[in-house]
Amino acid sequence: MRYAYFPGCSLGSTGIEFGTSNKLVAQKLGLDLWEIPDWNCCGASAAHLTNHTLALALPARNLAIAEKEGLDIAVPCAACFARFKATAEAVKASEETKKKISSIIEMDYEAKGEVLSLLDVIGKKISVEKIKANVAKPLTGMKVVSYYGCLLVRPPKIAQSDDPENPMVMDDLMAALGAEPVDWGYKTECCGASHVVTKPMVGKQMLRDILYNAQANGAEAIATACPLCMLNLDMRQKQINAKWGTNFNIPIYYFTELMALAFGYSFKDVGVPRHFVPAEKLLQDVFSRTGARREGA
Amino acid sequence: MDALELTSAANRNRSEIHALEKKSGVELTDCYQCGKCSAGCPVAFAMDKTPRQIIRLLQLGLLEEALASRTIWLCATCQTCVTRCPKEVDLPALMEAVRQAAKKKGIVAEKEINVFNDIFLQNVKAFGKSPEVILSALYNLRSGHLFQDIDSVPHLFLSGKAHVLPEKVKNTDAIKKIFAKCAEGGEHS
Repeated sequence: MRYAYFPGCSLGSTGIEFGTSNKLVAQKLGLDLWEIPDWNCCGASAAHLTNHTLALALPARNLAIAEKEGLDIAVPCAACFARFKATAEAVKASEETKKKISSIIEMDYEAKGEVLSLLDVIGKKISVEKIKANVAKPLTGMKVVSYYGCLLVRPPKIAQSDDPENPMVMDDLMAALGAEPVDWGYKTECCGASHVVTKPMVGKQMLRDILYNAQANGAEAIATACPLCMLNLDMRQKQINAKWGTNFNIPIYYFTELMALAFGYSFKDVGVPRHFVPAEKLLQDVFSRTGARREGA
Repeated sequence: MDALELTSAANRNRSEIHALEKKSGVELTDCYQCGKCSAGCPVAFAMDKTPRQIIRLLQLGLLEEALASRTIWLCATCQTCVTRCPKEVDLPALMEAVRQAAKKKGIVAEKEINVFNDIFLQNVKAFGKSPEVILSALYNLRSGHLFQDIDSVPHLFLSGKAHVLPEKVKNTDAIKKIFAKCAEGGEHS
Protein backbone atom coordinates (compact mmCIF):
# COMPACT_ATOMS: atom_id res chain seq x y z
CA MET A 1 0.00 0.00 0.00
CA ARG A 2 1.61 3.22 -1.17
CA TYR A 3 0.68 6.80 -0.19
CA ALA A 4 2.15 10.21 -0.78
CA TYR A 5 3.10 11.48 2.68
CA PHE A 6 3.03 15.08 3.84
CA PRO A 7 4.82 15.33 7.21
CA GLY A 8 4.23 19.07 7.70
CA CYS A 9 6.34 21.54 9.65
CA SER A 10 5.66 20.28 13.19
CA LEU A 11 6.94 16.76 12.53
CA GLY A 12 10.49 18.04 12.12
CA SER A 13 10.40 20.01 15.37
CA THR A 14 7.90 20.05 18.24
CA GLY A 15 6.15 16.96 16.87
CA ILE A 16 9.31 15.03 16.12
CA GLU A 17 8.10 11.87 17.94
CA PHE A 18 5.04 11.79 15.69
CA GLY A 19 7.30 11.63 12.63
CA THR A 20 9.56 8.91 14.03
CA SER A 21 6.72 6.74 15.28
CA ASN A 22 4.75 7.11 12.03
CA LYS A 23 7.71 5.72 10.12
CA LEU A 24 8.17 2.78 12.49
CA VAL A 25 4.48 1.89 12.40
CA ALA A 26 4.27 2.23 8.61
CA GLN A 27 7.24 -0.06 8.18
CA LYS A 28 5.69 -2.78 10.36
CA LEU A 29 2.35 -2.52 8.57
CA GLY A 30 3.82 -2.58 5.06
CA LEU A 31 2.65 0.96 4.42
CA ASP A 32 4.92 2.67 1.90
CA LEU A 33 4.96 6.41 2.69
CA TRP A 34 6.46 8.45 -0.16
CA GLU A 35 7.41 11.85 1.25
CA ILE A 36 6.33 14.63 -1.11
CA PRO A 37 9.62 16.08 -2.37
CA ASP A 38 10.37 19.70 -1.43
CA TRP A 39 6.97 20.12 0.24
CA ASN A 40 5.91 23.50 1.61
CA CYS A 41 3.86 24.61 4.62
CA CYS A 42 0.07 24.20 4.28
CA GLY A 43 -0.45 27.76 5.53
CA ALA A 44 -2.42 26.48 8.54
CA SER A 45 -5.03 28.74 10.10
CA ALA A 46 -2.96 31.86 9.50
CA ALA A 47 -3.48 31.58 5.75
CA HIS A 48 -7.21 30.92 5.72
CA LEU A 49 -7.85 33.61 8.30
CA THR A 50 -6.08 36.10 6.09
CA ASN A 51 -6.33 35.22 2.41
CA HIS A 52 -8.71 32.64 0.98
CA THR A 53 -6.82 32.08 -2.28
CA LEU A 54 -3.48 31.66 -0.56
CA ALA A 55 -5.07 29.11 1.79
CA LEU A 56 -5.92 26.97 -1.24
CA ALA A 57 -2.76 27.57 -3.26
CA LEU A 58 -0.24 26.59 -0.57
CA PRO A 59 -1.64 23.06 -0.06
CA ALA A 60 -2.34 22.75 -3.79
CA ARG A 61 1.36 22.88 -4.69
CA ASN A 62 1.96 19.79 -2.52
CA LEU A 63 -1.17 18.07 -3.79
CA ALA A 64 -0.14 18.66 -7.40
CA ILE A 65 3.26 17.05 -6.80
CA ALA A 66 1.53 14.01 -5.26
CA GLU A 67 -0.93 13.88 -8.16
CA LYS A 68 1.92 13.64 -10.66
CA GLU A 69 2.99 10.51 -8.83
CA GLY A 70 -0.57 9.18 -9.08
CA LEU A 71 -0.93 8.63 -5.35
CA ASP A 72 -3.53 9.18 -2.65
CA ILE A 73 -2.23 11.35 0.17
CA ALA A 74 -1.77 10.54 3.86
CA VAL A 75 -1.48 13.55 6.19
CA PRO A 76 -0.60 13.01 9.87
CA CYS A 77 -1.20 16.56 11.22
CA ALA A 78 -4.86 17.43 11.78
CA ALA A 79 -4.46 21.03 10.66
CA CYS A 80 -2.53 20.16 7.49
CA PHE A 81 -5.09 17.44 6.74
CA ALA A 82 -7.94 19.94 7.05
CA ARG A 83 -6.26 22.43 4.70
CA PHE A 84 -5.38 19.72 2.16
CA LYS A 85 -8.87 18.24 2.20
CA ALA A 86 -10.53 21.66 1.98
CA THR A 87 -8.37 22.47 -1.06
CA ALA A 88 -9.15 19.17 -2.79
CA GLU A 89 -12.89 19.65 -2.18
CA ALA A 90 -12.82 23.26 -3.41
CA VAL A 91 -11.02 22.25 -6.62
CA LYS A 92 -13.45 19.36 -7.17
CA ALA A 93 -16.45 21.61 -6.65
CA SER A 94 -15.55 24.41 -9.06
CA GLU A 95 -13.96 24.45 -12.48
CA GLU A 96 -13.17 28.13 -11.95
CA THR A 97 -11.29 27.45 -8.69
CA LYS A 98 -9.41 24.61 -10.36
CA LYS A 99 -8.23 26.88 -13.18
CA LYS A 100 -7.34 29.72 -10.83
CA ILE A 101 -5.33 27.52 -8.46
CA SER A 102 -3.53 25.67 -11.27
CA SER A 103 -2.49 28.97 -12.78
CA ILE A 104 -1.21 30.28 -9.42
CA ILE A 105 0.87 27.18 -8.65
CA GLU A 106 1.85 26.76 -12.33
CA MET A 107 1.02 23.06 -12.18
CA ASP A 108 -2.05 21.06 -13.10
CA TYR A 109 -4.10 19.95 -10.16
CA GLU A 110 -7.40 18.14 -10.62
CA ALA A 111 -7.95 16.65 -7.13
CA LYS A 112 -7.81 13.09 -8.46
CA GLY A 113 -6.15 11.57 -5.42
CA GLU A 114 -7.93 10.92 -2.13
CA VAL A 115 -6.77 12.98 0.87
CA LEU A 116 -6.80 11.00 4.11
CA SER A 117 -5.58 11.61 7.63
CA LEU A 118 -2.92 9.12 8.65
CA LEU A 119 -5.30 8.11 11.45
CA ASP A 120 -7.90 7.08 8.87
CA VAL A 121 -5.32 5.34 6.67
CA ILE A 122 -4.16 3.19 9.59
CA GLY A 123 -7.58 2.82 11.18
CA LYS A 124 -9.67 2.21 8.07
CA LYS A 125 -7.44 0.93 5.26
CA ILE A 126 -5.50 -1.57 7.32
CA SER A 127 -7.25 -4.53 8.94
CA VAL A 128 -7.47 -4.87 12.72
CA GLU A 129 -6.11 -8.41 12.33
CA LYS A 130 -2.95 -7.07 10.74
CA ILE A 131 -2.46 -4.56 13.55
CA LYS A 132 -3.13 -7.19 16.22
CA ALA A 133 -0.70 -9.59 14.55
CA ASN A 134 2.10 -7.03 15.02
CA VAL A 135 1.50 -6.47 18.73
CA ALA A 136 4.48 -7.86 20.63
CA LYS A 137 3.95 -5.99 23.92
CA PRO A 138 0.23 -5.42 24.47
CA LEU A 139 -0.89 -2.36 26.44
CA THR A 140 -3.04 -4.57 28.63
CA GLY A 141 -5.52 -2.64 30.70
CA MET A 142 -4.02 0.78 29.96
CA LYS A 143 -6.85 3.24 30.50
CA VAL A 144 -6.58 5.70 27.63
CA VAL A 145 -8.91 8.37 26.28
CA SER A 146 -8.66 9.09 22.56
CA TYR A 147 -8.51 12.79 21.80
CA TYR A 148 -9.48 13.70 18.23
CA GLY A 149 -9.81 17.47 18.58
CA CYS A 150 -11.45 19.49 15.82
CA LEU A 151 -10.10 19.15 12.37
CA LEU A 152 -9.85 15.38 11.99
CA VAL A 153 -13.62 15.17 12.38
CA ARG A 154 -15.02 18.59 11.46
CA PRO A 155 -16.59 19.98 9.38
CA PRO A 156 -18.13 16.59 8.52
CA LYS A 157 -18.43 17.37 4.80
CA ILE A 158 -14.68 17.95 4.59
CA ALA A 159 -13.27 15.59 7.22
CA GLN A 160 -15.54 12.64 6.36
CA SER A 161 -14.59 10.80 9.53
CA ASP A 162 -16.59 7.97 11.05
CA ASP A 163 -18.59 10.34 13.30
CA PRO A 164 -18.11 14.08 13.92
CA GLU A 165 -19.41 13.92 17.51
CA ASN A 166 -18.33 10.46 18.64
CA PRO A 167 -15.53 9.14 16.45
CA MET A 168 -14.26 5.68 17.36
CA VAL A 169 -11.41 4.98 14.94
CA MET A 170 -8.64 5.79 17.45
CA ASP A 171 -10.50 4.10 20.32
CA ASP A 172 -10.69 0.93 18.20
CA LEU A 173 -6.97 1.12 17.46
CA MET A 174 -6.22 1.45 21.18
CA ALA A 175 -8.37 -1.64 21.84
CA ALA A 176 -6.44 -3.52 19.14
CA LEU A 177 -3.24 -2.77 21.05
CA GLY A 178 -4.73 -4.31 24.20
CA ALA A 179 -5.48 -0.99 25.89
CA GLU A 180 -8.81 -0.14 27.51
CA PRO A 181 -10.41 2.78 25.64
CA VAL A 182 -12.16 5.10 28.10
CA ASP A 183 -15.27 7.01 27.01
CA TRP A 184 -15.29 10.74 27.78
CA GLY A 185 -17.03 13.95 26.88
CA TYR A 186 -14.13 15.94 25.45
CA LYS A 187 -12.91 13.71 22.62
CA THR A 188 -13.72 16.30 19.97
CA GLU A 189 -13.39 19.50 22.00
CA CYS A 190 -11.04 22.17 20.70
CA CYS A 191 -7.62 22.56 22.40
CA GLY A 192 -7.56 26.24 21.43
CA ALA A 193 -4.68 25.77 18.96
CA SER A 194 -2.48 28.88 19.03
CA HIS A 195 -4.73 30.70 21.53
CA VAL A 196 -2.47 29.46 24.30
CA VAL A 197 0.26 31.62 22.75
CA THR A 198 -1.78 34.68 21.78
CA LYS A 199 -4.45 34.59 24.52
CA PRO A 200 -2.77 32.41 27.18
CA MET A 201 -5.61 32.56 29.74
CA VAL A 202 -8.17 31.52 27.14
CA GLY A 203 -6.06 28.68 25.76
CA LYS A 204 -5.04 27.37 29.16
CA GLN A 205 -8.63 27.23 30.39
CA MET A 206 -9.61 25.18 27.33
CA LEU A 207 -6.71 22.79 27.96
CA ARG A 208 -7.47 22.58 31.68
CA ASP A 209 -11.02 21.44 30.96
CA ILE A 210 -9.83 18.73 28.58
CA LEU A 211 -7.30 17.40 31.11
CA TYR A 212 -9.91 17.55 33.86
CA ASN A 213 -12.47 15.59 31.85
CA ALA A 214 -9.89 12.91 30.99
CA GLN A 215 -8.93 12.56 34.63
CA ALA A 216 -12.53 12.60 35.88
CA ASN A 217 -13.31 9.66 33.62
CA GLY A 218 -10.43 7.65 35.02
CA ALA A 219 -7.95 7.93 32.16
CA GLU A 220 -4.27 7.24 32.84
CA ALA A 221 -3.22 8.71 29.51
CA ILE A 222 -4.44 10.67 26.50
CA ALA A 223 -3.83 9.51 22.93
CA THR A 224 -3.82 12.15 20.21
CA ALA A 225 -3.32 12.40 16.45
CA CYS A 226 -2.41 16.09 16.20
CA PRO A 227 0.98 17.71 16.91
CA LEU A 228 -0.56 20.95 18.15
CA CYS A 229 -3.02 19.21 20.49
CA MET A 230 -0.08 17.14 21.73
CA LEU A 231 2.22 20.11 22.33
CA ASN A 232 -0.52 22.07 24.07
CA LEU A 233 -1.62 19.23 26.36
CA ASP A 234 1.93 18.05 27.12
CA MET A 235 3.87 21.30 27.49
CA ARG A 236 1.22 23.29 29.38
CA GLN A 237 0.33 20.97 32.28
CA LYS A 238 2.90 22.56 34.60
CA GLN A 239 1.67 26.08 33.79
CA ILE A 240 -1.95 24.99 34.29
CA ASN A 241 -1.12 23.40 37.64
CA ALA A 242 0.62 26.60 38.72
CA LYS A 243 -2.36 28.73 37.70
CA TRP A 244 -5.23 26.67 39.13
CA GLY A 245 -3.51 24.63 41.84
CA THR A 246 -4.35 21.42 39.99
CA ASN A 247 -2.13 18.38 40.03
CA PHE A 248 -2.22 17.15 36.44
CA ASN A 249 0.51 14.73 35.48
CA ILE A 250 -1.12 12.92 32.58
CA PRO A 251 1.16 11.44 29.91
CA ILE A 252 0.07 12.33 26.37
CA TYR A 253 1.01 10.08 23.44
CA TYR A 254 0.61 10.15 19.71
CA PHE A 255 -1.49 7.15 18.72
CA THR A 256 1.42 5.96 16.56
CA GLU A 257 3.78 6.16 19.54
CA LEU A 258 1.56 3.73 21.42
CA MET A 259 1.36 1.53 18.32
CA ALA A 260 5.14 1.50 17.83
CA LEU A 261 5.70 0.70 21.52
CA ALA A 262 3.17 -2.13 21.39
CA PHE A 263 4.89 -3.38 18.24
CA GLY A 264 8.04 -3.79 20.35
CA TYR A 265 10.10 -0.65 19.69
CA SER A 266 11.97 0.97 22.57
CA PHE A 267 11.10 4.28 24.26
CA LYS A 268 14.17 5.79 22.67
CA ASP A 269 13.36 4.57 19.14
CA VAL A 270 9.92 6.08 19.40
CA GLY A 271 10.96 9.33 21.09
CA VAL A 272 9.03 9.01 24.38
CA PRO A 273 11.88 10.58 26.45
CA ARG A 274 11.31 13.82 24.54
CA HIS A 275 7.95 14.46 26.22
CA PHE A 276 7.40 17.22 28.79
CA VAL A 277 5.24 15.08 31.08
CA PRO A 278 7.29 11.96 31.88
CA ALA A 279 5.69 9.19 29.84
CA GLU A 280 7.89 6.13 30.37
CA LYS A 281 6.89 5.10 33.89
CA LEU A 282 3.22 4.50 33.03
CA LEU A 283 4.16 2.24 30.13
CA GLN A 284 6.68 0.33 32.24
CA ASP A 285 3.84 -0.29 34.70
CA VAL A 286 1.53 -1.34 31.88
CA PHE A 287 4.08 -3.76 30.46
CA SER A 288 4.79 -5.24 33.91
CA ARG A 289 1.04 -5.73 34.46
CA THR A 290 0.95 -7.63 31.19
CA GLY A 291 3.90 -9.75 32.29
CA ALA A 292 2.26 -10.49 35.64
CA ARG A 293 -0.98 -11.52 33.93
CA ARG A 294 0.91 -13.78 31.58
CA GLU A 295 2.79 -15.45 34.42
CA GLY A 296 -0.44 -15.84 36.33
CA ALA A 297 -2.20 -17.45 33.38
CA MET B 1 -27.74 49.23 23.00
CA ASP B 2 -29.99 52.04 21.78
CA ALA B 3 -33.45 51.43 20.37
CA LEU B 4 -33.33 50.43 16.75
CA GLU B 5 -35.89 51.05 14.06
CA LEU B 6 -35.90 47.75 12.19
CA THR B 7 -37.17 48.76 8.77
CA SER B 8 -34.38 51.23 8.12
CA ALA B 9 -31.82 49.07 9.96
CA ALA B 10 -32.21 46.34 7.37
CA ASN B 11 -30.83 48.71 4.76
CA ARG B 12 -27.79 49.86 6.69
CA ASN B 13 -24.42 48.83 5.26
CA ARG B 14 -26.32 46.67 2.82
CA SER B 15 -23.72 46.30 0.09
CA GLU B 16 -20.85 45.62 2.47
CA ILE B 17 -22.85 43.01 4.34
CA HIS B 18 -23.94 41.43 1.08
CA ALA B 19 -20.28 41.17 0.07
CA LEU B 20 -19.58 39.31 3.33
CA GLU B 21 -22.42 36.90 2.56
CA LYS B 22 -21.04 36.28 -0.88
CA LYS B 23 -17.51 35.73 0.32
CA SER B 24 -18.51 33.32 3.09
CA GLY B 25 -21.34 31.58 1.29
CA VAL B 26 -23.61 32.34 4.24
CA GLU B 27 -27.19 33.57 3.79
CA LEU B 28 -27.76 35.63 6.92
CA THR B 29 -31.54 35.10 6.75
CA ASP B 30 -30.99 31.33 7.14
CA CYS B 31 -30.22 31.88 10.82
CA TYR B 32 -33.27 31.85 13.10
CA GLN B 33 -31.21 32.62 16.20
CA CYS B 34 -31.63 29.30 18.02
CA GLY B 35 -28.23 29.75 19.67
CA LYS B 36 -26.98 26.18 19.27
CA CYS B 37 -23.75 27.59 17.81
CA SER B 38 -23.05 29.56 20.95
CA ALA B 39 -24.04 26.77 23.34
CA GLY B 40 -21.38 24.49 21.87
CA CYS B 41 -18.71 27.12 21.16
CA PRO B 42 -15.60 26.26 23.21
CA VAL B 43 -14.37 29.88 23.16
CA ALA B 44 -17.72 31.58 23.91
CA PHE B 45 -16.64 32.08 27.54
CA ALA B 46 -13.97 34.51 26.39
CA MET B 47 -15.94 36.37 23.69
CA ASP B 48 -17.53 39.81 24.06
CA LYS B 49 -20.38 38.75 21.77
CA THR B 50 -21.58 35.21 21.22
CA PRO B 51 -21.37 33.80 17.68
CA ARG B 52 -25.17 34.04 17.48
CA GLN B 53 -24.98 37.74 18.30
CA ILE B 54 -22.50 38.35 15.48
CA ILE B 55 -25.05 37.00 12.99
CA ARG B 56 -27.82 39.07 14.61
CA LEU B 57 -25.75 42.25 14.32
CA LEU B 58 -25.22 41.60 10.64
CA GLN B 59 -28.90 40.78 10.11
CA LEU B 60 -29.69 44.19 11.62
CA GLY B 61 -27.14 46.07 9.54
CA LEU B 62 -24.95 46.82 12.57
CA LEU B 63 -21.74 46.05 10.73
CA GLU B 64 -19.55 48.39 12.79
CA GLU B 65 -20.30 46.50 15.99
CA ALA B 66 -19.47 43.16 14.37
CA LEU B 67 -16.20 44.50 12.96
CA ALA B 68 -15.13 45.87 16.32
CA SER B 69 -15.88 42.70 18.29
CA ARG B 70 -13.19 40.47 19.78
CA THR B 71 -15.31 37.47 18.85
CA ILE B 72 -14.31 37.48 15.18
CA TRP B 73 -10.67 37.11 16.26
CA LEU B 74 -11.24 34.65 19.08
CA CYS B 75 -13.13 32.16 16.89
CA ALA B 76 -10.76 29.20 16.75
CA THR B 77 -12.45 27.85 13.58
CA CYS B 78 -12.99 24.55 15.39
CA GLN B 79 -16.12 24.02 13.25
CA THR B 80 -18.32 22.87 16.13
CA CYS B 81 -21.02 25.47 15.37
CA VAL B 82 -21.43 24.65 11.67
CA THR B 83 -21.39 20.92 12.45
CA ARG B 84 -24.36 21.36 14.81
CA CYS B 85 -26.26 24.21 13.11
CA PRO B 86 -29.73 23.01 12.01
CA LYS B 87 -29.45 25.31 8.99
CA GLU B 88 -25.78 24.56 8.26
CA VAL B 89 -24.84 28.22 8.51
CA ASP B 90 -21.09 28.29 7.93
CA LEU B 91 -20.24 30.56 10.85
CA PRO B 92 -16.48 29.96 10.75
CA ALA B 93 -16.46 31.12 7.11
CA LEU B 94 -18.51 34.18 8.08
CA MET B 95 -16.15 34.97 10.99
CA GLU B 96 -13.25 34.68 8.55
CA ALA B 97 -14.89 37.10 6.09
CA VAL B 98 -15.77 39.62 8.83
CA ARG B 99 -12.26 39.41 10.29
CA GLN B 100 -10.68 40.03 6.89
CA ALA B 101 -12.99 43.02 6.34
CA ALA B 102 -12.12 44.39 9.79
CA LYS B 103 -8.41 44.00 9.13
CA LYS B 104 -8.74 45.80 5.81
CA LYS B 105 -10.28 48.74 7.67
CA GLY B 106 -7.55 48.62 10.29
CA ILE B 107 -9.95 47.50 13.03
CA VAL B 108 -8.09 44.86 15.03
CA ALA B 109 -9.73 44.07 18.36
CA GLU B 110 -7.24 41.31 19.24
CA LYS B 111 -3.78 42.57 18.34
CA GLU B 112 -1.84 39.49 19.50
CA ILE B 113 -3.80 37.11 17.30
CA ASN B 114 -3.30 39.38 14.31
CA VAL B 115 0.45 39.71 14.96
CA PHE B 116 0.80 35.93 15.32
CA ASN B 117 -0.96 35.24 12.01
CA ASP B 118 1.09 37.89 10.20
CA ILE B 119 4.40 36.50 11.44
CA PHE B 120 3.29 32.98 10.59
CA LEU B 121 2.62 33.96 6.98
CA GLN B 122 5.77 36.08 6.64
CA ASN B 123 7.75 33.01 7.70
CA VAL B 124 6.00 30.77 5.19
CA LYS B 125 6.67 33.37 2.50
CA ALA B 126 10.38 33.54 3.41
CA PHE B 127 11.09 29.88 4.13
CA GLY B 128 8.25 27.94 2.50
CA LYS B 129 7.87 26.24 5.87
CA SER B 130 6.89 27.41 9.31
CA PRO B 131 9.90 27.39 11.64
CA GLU B 132 8.36 27.22 15.11
CA VAL B 133 11.39 28.70 16.92
CA ILE B 134 11.46 31.79 14.71
CA LEU B 135 7.67 32.09 14.97
CA SER B 136 7.80 32.10 18.78
CA ALA B 137 10.81 34.39 19.01
CA LEU B 138 9.39 36.96 16.59
CA TYR B 139 6.00 36.76 18.25
CA ASN B 140 7.49 37.50 21.68
CA LEU B 141 9.41 40.45 20.23
CA ARG B 142 6.57 41.97 18.24
CA SER B 143 3.84 41.37 20.81
CA GLY B 144 5.98 42.75 23.62
CA HIS B 145 5.57 39.55 25.67
CA LEU B 146 9.32 39.06 25.72
CA PHE B 147 9.63 36.23 28.22
CA GLN B 148 6.47 34.31 27.41
CA ASP B 149 7.00 30.53 27.68
CA ILE B 150 10.68 31.01 28.39
CA ASP B 151 10.35 28.20 30.98
CA SER B 152 9.76 25.66 28.20
CA VAL B 153 12.71 26.68 26.05
CA PRO B 154 15.45 24.54 27.67
CA HIS B 155 13.37 21.36 27.34
CA LEU B 156 12.43 22.17 23.73
CA PHE B 157 16.09 22.38 22.72
CA LEU B 158 17.41 19.56 24.91
CA SER B 159 14.75 17.16 23.66
CA GLY B 160 15.50 17.94 20.01
CA LYS B 161 12.08 19.50 19.50
CA ALA B 162 13.50 22.90 18.56
CA HIS B 163 16.30 23.91 16.19
CA VAL B 164 17.87 27.30 15.74
CA LEU B 165 18.33 27.04 11.98
CA PRO B 166 15.08 27.02 10.03
CA GLU B 167 14.26 24.34 7.51
CA LYS B 168 13.62 25.78 4.07
CA VAL B 169 12.05 24.60 0.85
CA LYS B 170 14.55 24.38 -1.99
CA ASN B 171 12.26 26.05 -4.47
CA THR B 172 11.68 29.30 -2.54
CA ASP B 173 10.88 31.08 -5.83
CA ALA B 174 7.81 28.92 -6.33
CA ILE B 175 6.51 29.93 -2.90
CA LYS B 176 7.25 33.64 -3.41
CA LYS B 177 5.39 33.47 -6.72
CA ILE B 178 2.35 31.90 -5.05
CA PHE B 179 2.30 34.69 -2.45
CA ALA B 180 2.70 37.39 -5.12
CA LYS B 181 -0.08 35.97 -7.30
CA CYS B 182 -2.45 35.60 -4.36
CA ALA B 183 -1.78 39.20 -3.31
CA GLU B 184 -2.72 40.34 -6.85
CA GLY B 185 -6.22 39.05 -6.23
CA GLY B 186 -6.75 42.09 -4.05
CA GLU B 187 -6.68 40.17 -0.79
CA HIS B 188 -4.28 40.85 2.00
CA SER B 189 -1.21 38.62 2.11
